Amino acid sequence: MLDLTYETPKPKTIAGAKQDWELVIGMEVHAQVSSNAKLFSGASTRFGAEPNSNVAFVDAGMPGMLPVINEYCVAQAVRTGLGLKAEIHLTSAFDRKNYFYPDLPQGYQISQLYHPIVGEGEVLVEMGDGTARLVRIERIHLEQDAGKSIHDMDPAMSFVDLNRTGVALMEIVSRPDIRGPEEAAAYVTKLRQILRYLGTCDGNMQNGNLRADVNVSICTPGAYEKYRETGDFSHLGTRCEIKNMNSMRFIQAAIEYEARRQIKIVEGGGEVTQETRLYDPDKNETRSMRSKEEAHDYRYFPDPDLLPLEIEQAWVDDIAASLPELPDQKKARFIADFGLSDYDASVLTADTADAAYFEAVAGAAGDGKLAANWVINELFGRLKKDDLDITASPVSPAQLAGIIRLIKSDAISGKIAKDLFEIVFTEGGDPEQIVEERGMKQVTDTGAIEAAVDEIIAANPAQVAKAKENPKLAGWFVGQVMKATGGKANPKAVNELVAKKLAE
Amino acid sequence: MSIDIETAARVAKLARIKVEEEDLPALAGEFNAILGFIEQLQELNVDDVEPMTSVTPMRLKRREDVVTDGNQQAKVLANAPDAREGFFAVPKVVE
Repeated sequence: MLDLTYETPKPKTIAGAKQDWELVIGMEVHAQVSSNAKLFSGASTRFGAEPNSNVAFVDAGMPGMLPVINEYCVAQAVRTGLGLKAEIHLTSAFDRKNYFYPDLPQGYQISQLYHPIVGEGEVLVEMGDGTARLVRIERIHLEQDAGKSIHDMDPAMSFVDLNRTGVALMEIVSRPDIRGPEEAAAYVTKLRQILRYLGTCDGNMQNGNLRADVNVSICTPGAYEKYRETGDFSHLGTRCEIKNMNSMRFIQAAIEYEARRQIKIVEGGGEVTQETRLYDPDKNETRSMRSKEEAHDYRYFPDPDLLPLEIEQAWVDDIAASLPELPDQKKARFIADFGLSDYDASVLTADTADAAYFEAVAGAAGDGKLAANWVINELFGRLKKDDLDITASPVSPAQLAGIIRLIKSDAISGKIAKDLFEIVFTEGGDPEQIVEERGMKQVTDTGAIEAAVDEIIAANPAQVAKAKENPKLAGWFVGQVMKATGGKANPKAVNELVAKKLAE
Repeated sequence: MSIDIETAARVAKLARIKVEEEDLPALAGEFNAILGFIEQLQELNVDDVEPMTSVTPMRLKRREDVVTDGNQQAKVLANAPDAREGFFAVPKVVE
């Protein structure tokens, strides 16, 4: 297998009024576990249900109700850990994080502060320019999601829906290894890709199934390297946490704004205070969430309702054995086996459905590079035009492979192939049969092409005379021949014959 | 560690329990009595002792990933002081 190696990208620097500053970013990504039932109750996790219909009494915090853990959610967290090359802790435990909020009926969130199920791992974040950052993962813990409050249904009241309350979340905590807004977005993109490959989170950011808290601080050039050498955080600036973002664009804008805000404070002789902030996309600014500060004393303690979670190594090994091929492996294999460029391989492995489609085409067409070109340039473009997903593609891999085989065997020209693709896309059918029936085959029979060339030459003596003096005018004859043959003549053969005949 | 009146007031606030000003000194005193007892326990060396999480050797009970509960909107909302259109209605909370 080809091993992908990359240069480390340069950190983003922002020029302040006095000096240059570097960014240091750590992220906490909350990924909703894909499961049928909630983490500690038998209520459904289905999105978009009637309000408060996916609620068990456990979720509603009714007295006397006891949580019972969903083993599949545990397996999903383990699977995610293995996918991030992380250490799996055979013993973990649940703690209560205490705070009051209307969408948290228990009055506490069950989480894993002291003994998370997953320890240190890593994510390789490619930047698309030949560089990649290896971001260290500190831990992943399992916890309950909160409910949803709706504020715009009534002027005086907030409306609370507990359907999401108690759904399993994985909080994936990175080390402060991310060095710029673009890297932060690339990190979330890569993490999302891995989770989707693993099937442990659907990555739907719009529905809030993947959200990120971003810790931003600034430092002078060289300070970060000192932190990495010593592990001493005092080399870094004071961080602020921007909460709950579910858009790549907002994540980048918020980091950019926040870094500039901190630079201004520090250069003005002030000090950044550690706090939780909220990003306002309408105003493109972050602002302090003071209410959150007051309640920041969570008084964690081990949840007396739940025994420690003990899992067996053999069970972990079974999950490890069932892991799918992951993005980095798939990309390396596409480059090695199909001779694809790093870029094409990245595009085609972005999603498992895309990758599976490409592999089916490449296999049946017997040409990986040509298959990659057609899938990326023609198919993706055409699907986008009709706003279709690859899984709803009107052209099957077998049909696209059929078109590619016709190009490879010189049966059709590249131009005709595009027409053929459009026909198959809109009308369906077997490409080979369509080519036969509609007479789209490329004319490679030199006799037929020669006859057409002769005819054009005989009919245009004036043009012939001019072309004899200026060979550049031969192009006109080629065009006429192509027109006369309905574009089906092999362009190479036409060029050669026209040149030969004009020289006679 | 000793709990002063201010800390006692803060703990009460975090727990959303209303404690009158004049009751705070007594509350702080009770906290200190409890903490004093714990301090006494901390004199023991428990370095090599696993925390006891259960008096019987039990494994954490697990459930399968099957939907077995829910679809009881009316019951869930039954005790709510105010519920509208299937939602709990609470005084406006907005950041």
